[in-house]
Parts: sequence; structure tokens; C-alpha cells
Amino acid sequence: MDSWRGNLRVFWTLFTPGTFWLLVFFLIPLAGLFQDSFSDKISITETAFTGTFANYVRAFDTVYLTIIWKSIWISAVATAFCLLLAYPIAFGICFAPARWKPLLLLLVILPFWINLLIRTYALIAVFRSQGYLNLVLGWIGLGPFEMLYNNGAVIMGLVYVYMPFMVLPLYATIERLDRSFLEASLDLGGSQVQTFFKVTLPLTMPGIITGIILVFIPCLGSFLTPDMLGGANAIMIGNVIERQFKAANDYPFGSALSFLLMYVTFGALALRAYFASRSKGVDV
Amino acid sequence: MAEAIVSLRNVTKTFPGGVKAVDDVSFDIAQNEFFALLGPSGCGKTTLLRMISGLETPTSGQIVIGGEDMALTPPNKRPTNMVFQSYAVFPHMTVADNVAYGLKVTGVPAEETKRRVGEALEMVKLTHLAARKPDQMSGGQRQRVALARALVKRPKVLLLDEPLSALDAKLRDEMRLELTRLQENVGITFIIVTHDQDEALSMASRIAVMDKGAVQQIATPSELYEQPTSRFIADFIGKVNLINAKVVSSTAKKIVCDAKGLGKIELPHTGSPTGDIAIAIRPEKLKIAGSPPKAAKTIAAEGKVRDVAYYGDTSHVVVRCKDDLELAVNVQNDKRAGGSGVERGQKVWIHWAPEDTLVLTE
Repeated sequence: MDSWRGNLRVFWTLFTPGTFWLLVFFLIPLAGLFQDSFSDKISITETAFTGTFANYVRAFDTVYLTIIWKSIWISAVATAFCLLLAYPIAFGICFAPARWKPLLLLLVILPFWINLLIRTYALIAVFRSQGYLNLVLGWIGLGPFEMLYNNGAVIMGLVYVYMPFMVLPLYATIERLDRSFLEASLDLGGSQVQTFFKVTLPLTMPGIITGIILVFIPCLGSFLTPDMLGGANAIMIGNVIERQFKAANDYPFGSALSFLLMYVTFGALALRAYFASRSKGVDV
Repeated sequence: MAEAIVSLRNVTKTFPGGVKAVDDVSFDIAQNEFFALLGPSGCGKTTLLRMISGLETPTSGQIVIGGEDMALTPPNKRPTNMVFQSYAVFPHMTVADNVAYGLKVTGVPAEETKRRVGEALEMVKLTHLAARKPDQMSGGQRQRVALARALVKRPKVLLLDEPLSALDAKLRDEMRLELTRLQENVGITFIIVTHDQDEALSMASRIAVMDKGAVQQIATPSELYEQPTSRFIADFIGKVNLINAKVVSSTAKKIVCDAKGLGKIELPHTGSPTGDIAIAIRPEKLKIAGSPPKAAKTIAAEGKVRDVAYYGDTSHVVVRCKDDLELAVNVQNDKRAGGSGVERGQKVWIHWAPEDTLVLTE
């Protein structure tokens, strides 16, 4: 196919709907928020652009920094659990008999077809004090345990929700991996463990990094899961932002926090680009 | 024959789904042999090689390497190393790291590893590229890395899976010579899998021809070419004129048969076949002449030249004789003038010596 440079008019014709969509529904609202973040509240519903940095200064208050930090580590732990659980799953699907693969992949994707809210309520039904899990544990004389409304519950919820985002890129990378690399390692005297750490892991790094990005970024901005599973003290930055826009009706401060969150995301993406350029030869 | 380094005993491999890739194969490979497994694609030769390396497990049968039964030995503990068809050079490691890999994982001291990697790279003439990554190298260079990586382990047997198939024609000829030289220098048994008969004939000291999972014949290249034991081998190795015939009578040393287009002919042959047989003559053993041959014992046929294909050093002539018998004749173009000396449509006589004719009963 021609490069788009060689056929500008066709390119623009095809690209116009997409450009329009991005402009009207993404860039313009984003610009509005960006402006808001440098504005002052002048009444309950109105803001005025003053070019103030006050909102950002306020975001660097210890209270908010603590919440941002907590969001980062909760997301990091959830991402790590996702990786540890998803890698064997993806590996298992890749090495499963060909006729089982579509079914196994379907099982991974299946939760997507059910509304997040319903799934979260289902989690609550299973894990609450009088829930199904405690009921079963009660039969063997254990519990009841308090499993909800703490950081652990939020992490568990995030792992549950974002697991497919980790499994799918890992699956794609492992599936593409030439089996003869693994065979060569075994043939050269490497044990299964050595083969995994010295050959399989480095060669599937692109999938691992993509998976981490795909899980970590939405975890960082999530608000429904911490809101429902985290109770009062497991609050994440997403909840704070949501409150600014709704309960507190403070658009300028909410916008400033949103942009800070976006900058953290950019940081994560920059880190990925850095690793990509370092591992030349393996396309990330 | 020298002592066997690899012994296969009734090795069979049935894949899930019931496909028998290797069917009851038994033979020995001697120390220092350059052994070739030759056959059309899907004949089971690669499966057999992978079973020797341990990457595939035989369904039944026994594989003995260096006097030890390998049934319970995983690939990483076997005294064999493999050069993969795709080379499988690790893309995330430099050339030197690739070659060092097999030594590092088995705990060879760093000092010794360094020395042996240096030697191996020198052997395949890649010392100047030691710090390169594989994606900056040509196919031929990557293959040398794969060779060095396998040889640095000093295996008892080096396994090569279609090592030349991914190279272009010129490089292939070079590597062919280099592999035979390398094998003589390192004194390791080489087992090569190939579908290319020229490769097998020119490199190997012995060849096993496989078809449909079974070994059809094991012989030296010249035996395989001049004394094939079946129609399949005669047809698979080189070009051949196969003519159906019926045995009329036979004695201890010769047979008389009625061959299509040739009539009754007398051929030297031991054993007393009966019924339908095939006779086979290689195109270069046939002579073309303008008049009937004078010698009494020669077999001769009259015909018309149908095609002349000019190849520089030789011309391939097809002559149509009685009963639609078509004979392919290779003519050496040994004079500058005249080429093959025949033209399409010309009437000619084909003749050859009875002892150059093969009698095939299978």
C-alpha cells in the first residue's frame, strides 16, 4: 500500500471521521479540563480562568500525596499478582491442545461480558462476613473472617477485574515464541528452570511489559473497585477525583488531580520506552 | 564397521491421532561417520533425529548412544547437540553469549568457557563478530553461530536438521564443503537430515533413505546410486530410466526378460526372479549413435529424438522408441562444436552394455 504521504487526499478523507471524533469528544474536553485546572471557583457552579497554580499546590498536600502514593503501591501489588497468576495461565493456554485453546481463551474473556458493577457485587456476596466463602469455611470450623473493606480486598478486586488484560498480551507473545529456542536451550544442557529464566522470560518480555502497562494504568485510575470493596480507609486517588467532580463540586481541583494522574501514567509509558530501547533485537 | 556410537532398535513413533511417523527403524551409526537421513518431506527423518536428541520420545523401541540406553535421559543430559533448521540462535544474546550458553548452564568454569568460546568462534571464522547480536547477521553467519554453539559442547554426536535449506545456492555449496572439512577436523559423528539428494550424496559417508516412516536402504552414496535395491530408491536418487519387464527365463547368473519397447533381452543377474520386474538404466550410461551398434552383447533400441535440453556441460536428450518407450540420455558436450550432436526429430540408435542395467524386483 502507498504511504499516506503519497496519497494525502485519500488519507484525509478516510481520517476525517476519526479526527472529528477525537477532536470533539477527547481533545476539546481535555483542553477544557486543562483550563479548569488553572482556574478558581467563583461560585457553586462557576469557575473562572485565572492561571493560578493553587490547585496543583493543593494537590501536593501531604494528604493527597499519601493517597497518590497508596494508589501507586496498591496498583503495583495488584499488577504483580496479575503477572504471577497470568503467566502460568497464558503459558498453559499456549501449550494446550489446539482444540482447547479457543475455549480456554473464552473463559479468560468471559467476565468482560458481564457488567463490572454486577461482578463486584458478586465478589461482595462471596467474601462478606456472612458470605459464601465464610459459610463454607464455617462447615469445617473456621472463621468467620473479615475479608472485605480493606486494602487486600481492593487488590483482590483489581486483580480479578484486570487479569484478562495481562493474560491476552502474554498469550500473544508466548504463542509467537519460536519453540525451537526452548528446545535449543534444553539441547544445550539447560534445565527447565534455566531455560525459563534465561530464554523464555527474556524473549517474552515484550508481552510482560505490555501487560504491566495495560493493568497498571487502569488500576491507578480505578474508583469503582476501591469504592465498593475498600470501605472508608482504602481510598484511592480515583475516588478523590470522583468526589471533587461530584460531591465537592470542585472542578478546578479535580482537573488538577486528573492531570497529575495522567503525568504519572506518562512516566510509566516513558519507562516502557526506555526498556524497549535497551532491549534491541527483541521487539517490544 | 567401527564401534557403533548410536544404535536404534525397533524405534517407532506414533503421534497422537495415530500418525506413525517412524515405523520400526533399526540401524547403527559408527563412530566418526558423516551419516545422512534422506527422504521426501514427511518421511519421518526429522522425527527420528529429534528422538536421538531427546526432544521427542519414541513410542516404543530403544535408542543407545555411546553404549548407554537413552530412554530416561532428557535432552539436556544427552551427549548430543543439534543445529536447528531455523538455527534458533537466541536473539537476546550476542554471538559470544550464544556460544557460551551451553557451557554456562552446565557450570563450566568462566576461564575455560572463555577459552573454548574463543576456539569455537575461530573454528567457524566468526571471531570478529563475537559482540554482534544475531539480528545484525546474515543467514550464513547465524548458521555458523548455531554450529559453534553446538560444537563447543564437544558432543559425541552432532545432529543437523536441514542445515543448508535456508541458504542461497552459492552459500550452500560453500557450507557443504565446510561441513565435511569440519567433520574431519573435529572427529565427531555427524547425523544430518536432508531432503536434498545432492547434499546427502556429496557430504555423507553413509546414507539411510527413508520413506513413509521406514528405512528403505542404508548404503554409501555410490552404492545407493549404482545398486539401489528398489524402484523407489532408483527413482529417488538421481535420474533413471525405469522400464517394466517380465521374466521369461532365468539361470544362476543371468535372466532373460521381455522388456517394454526393447523385446527379449539378456541381463546378468544373480537370484532367480520371476514375474514382473523393472529394469533401470541411468541416463549417463546410455550412448547415442547414428547407426545400429556392432558389438554383439549390447542392448539397443531405435528411436526418434523428441527433446534436447542444453545444460552447458551436458545435454539431456529424450528419445522415443517402440511401444511409447521414452529413454532419457545424458550426452557429454565434450567438443566445442556441435553440442549434443543430435537434433529434434532425428532418427537415432540408443545402446548400452547389459552390465550397466539394474534388475529391480521390488
